[in-house]
Amino acid sequence: MQTVISVTKLSKTYASGLKALENINLDIRRGEIFALLGPNGAGKTTLIGIICGIVNPSEGTIRVDGHDIVRDYRASRSLIGLVPQELTTDAFESVWNTVSFSRGLFGKPANPAHIEKVLKDLSLWDKKDSKVMTLSGGMKRRLLIAKALSHEPRILFLDEPTAGVDVTLRQDMWKLVRSLQVAGVTIILTTHYIDEAEEMADRIGVISKGEIILVEEKTELMRKLGKKQLTLHLERALERVPNALSAHRLELAGKGTELIYTYDEQGDRAAIAALLADLAASGVRFKDLQTTQSSLEDIFVTLVSDRK
Amino acid sequence: MNAINVYAIRAIYKFEMSRTRRTLMQSIIAPVISTALYFVVFGAAIGGRIPEVENVSYGAFIVPGLIMLSLLTQSLSNASFGIYFPKFTGTIYELLSAPVSYFEIVLSYVGAAATKSIILGLIILATAATLVPLRIEHPVWMILFLVLTSVTFSLIGFIIGIWADGFEKLQAIPLLIITPLTFLGGSFYSIDMLPPFWQTVSLFNPVVYLVSGFRWSFYGLADVSVGLSLAMTCVFLAISLAVVAWIFRTGYRLKN
Repeated sequence: MQTVISVTKLSKTYASGLKALENINLDIRRGEIFALLGPNGAGKTTLIGIICGIVNPSEGTIRVDGHDIVRDYRASRSLIGLVPQELTTDAFESVWNTVSFSRGLFGKPANPAHIEKVLKDLSLWDKKDSKVMTLSGGMKRRLLIAKALSHEPRILFLDEPTAGVDVTLRQDMWKLVRSLQVAGVTIILTTHYIDEAEEMADRIGVISKGEIILVEEKTELMRKLGKKQLTLHLERALERVPNALSAHRLELAGKGTELIYTYDEQGDRAAIAALLADLAASGVRFKDLQTTQSSLEDIFVTLVSDRK
Repeated sequence: MNAINVYAIRAIYKFEMSRTRRTLMQSIIAPVISTALYFVVFGAAIGGRIPEVENVSYGAFIVPGLIMLSLLTQSLSNASFGIYFPKFTGTIYELLSAPVSYFEIVLSYVGAAATKSIILGLIILATAATLVPLRIEHPVWMILFLVLTSVTFSLIGFIIGIWADGFEKLQAIPLLIITPLTFLGGSFYSIDMLPPFWQTVSLFNPVVYLVSGFRWSFYGLADVSVGLSLAMTCVFLAISLAVVAWIFRTGYRLKN
């Protein structure tokens, strides 16, 4: 897939001396949904800020659809829409005016039909004449998305788009993001809700302490780093794992009534059959079994804690 | 996209002008009322006891100074608030991430602030014309000084708006520096009325040149030559432009 954003050797040190980003190399593919995950202060917003032109880079280059963001800022910025983390709006303006203002700011002629479509898609049409200050928090969040979409960007940055948003609205936003992807828009989102990344993203990037520590296809990441557990509920409690089963990675839980077998997602499936055979041979009987799979959140926590 | 982002200039200009319409009382009516009060107090009440200044009644004499006083303070406050408010609310992110050049940002914000000041100046002029006998000997020069002063002080206001990191700082320079300089810059008197020492001191006050040039365009009376007034106005404009260029080159108080 073609690269639409290319970040090369990007570093950022603030005037205070804080090193926010260090030697970031990252390619975003055209049309994908890329989730950038990281703990607070990891550098997510700084990275987005630099790509969008809000923060000056200290070192490195960024190209957006082949355009250098410094030398050819007009071309690169006109392709990008940004939904910031904070609910920053012009309180005294009407919804229609503030969205139309954004379109003009990004160099596009007035197009009432497009603004109408965006407002309708975001369920803001009936509020078009209302002042921004009268909107609820969820509506303001949608308004920021409307502003970002007003100039028909090909790349959309969503910085914590569903922070403080109720479940229904979150699902509506996920639908909107999917429809934008279908329309060919590349989406980069940062989120604290790992389930959001798990639900939405094609690829995941993990940033910690200003460094990208991993970029991977979501399914591949889950396959590589995910773990599965097989829990056997025993008919009779054991005091310890029998010697005959010592070849398997087993541990006792539930006061000896559960045997837990941990295996890699990509592990040898035949090992489960061998375990079951060894259990039968050693006379250990079970009345039920279940499997569980680690979530992206588990993987994320492991990755970030490994860096500490 | 065009070489100049005309749509962005129009959007910002329109946005700023609509802010004026929303705040009509504060933007236009309040300065007009306060200036009219100056006319009543200094022109009619006190001015009646002050002799003519070079064949111009005192009420008429102070008109250019009063217009200049409003022009300076309103240019500063319009432009400084215009750029400071997006910084305060955080909406500046949109401006910084838009495909807009620094020139276009300055042109639209300063253009809107200067437009408002010029409109205000003309309204005060019209108000004054109903209260005192006015004459404008050099209308083209009057418009030139009106425009140059509005643009220059809107640029200074823009600089203050970027520099300020709180409302107190936003008010500090207009209140503590510009207003005293305007009052002491010959708005209400000719510096010829001062003792020689204070005449010399007054020449270090930049507002003297603005008021003098503007008053000359009305009555042909000037404290300093009109050429010097024009040159000094252009120098202030050039200094302001240089500072704005530096701000955008370095991202001072705008970008980290």
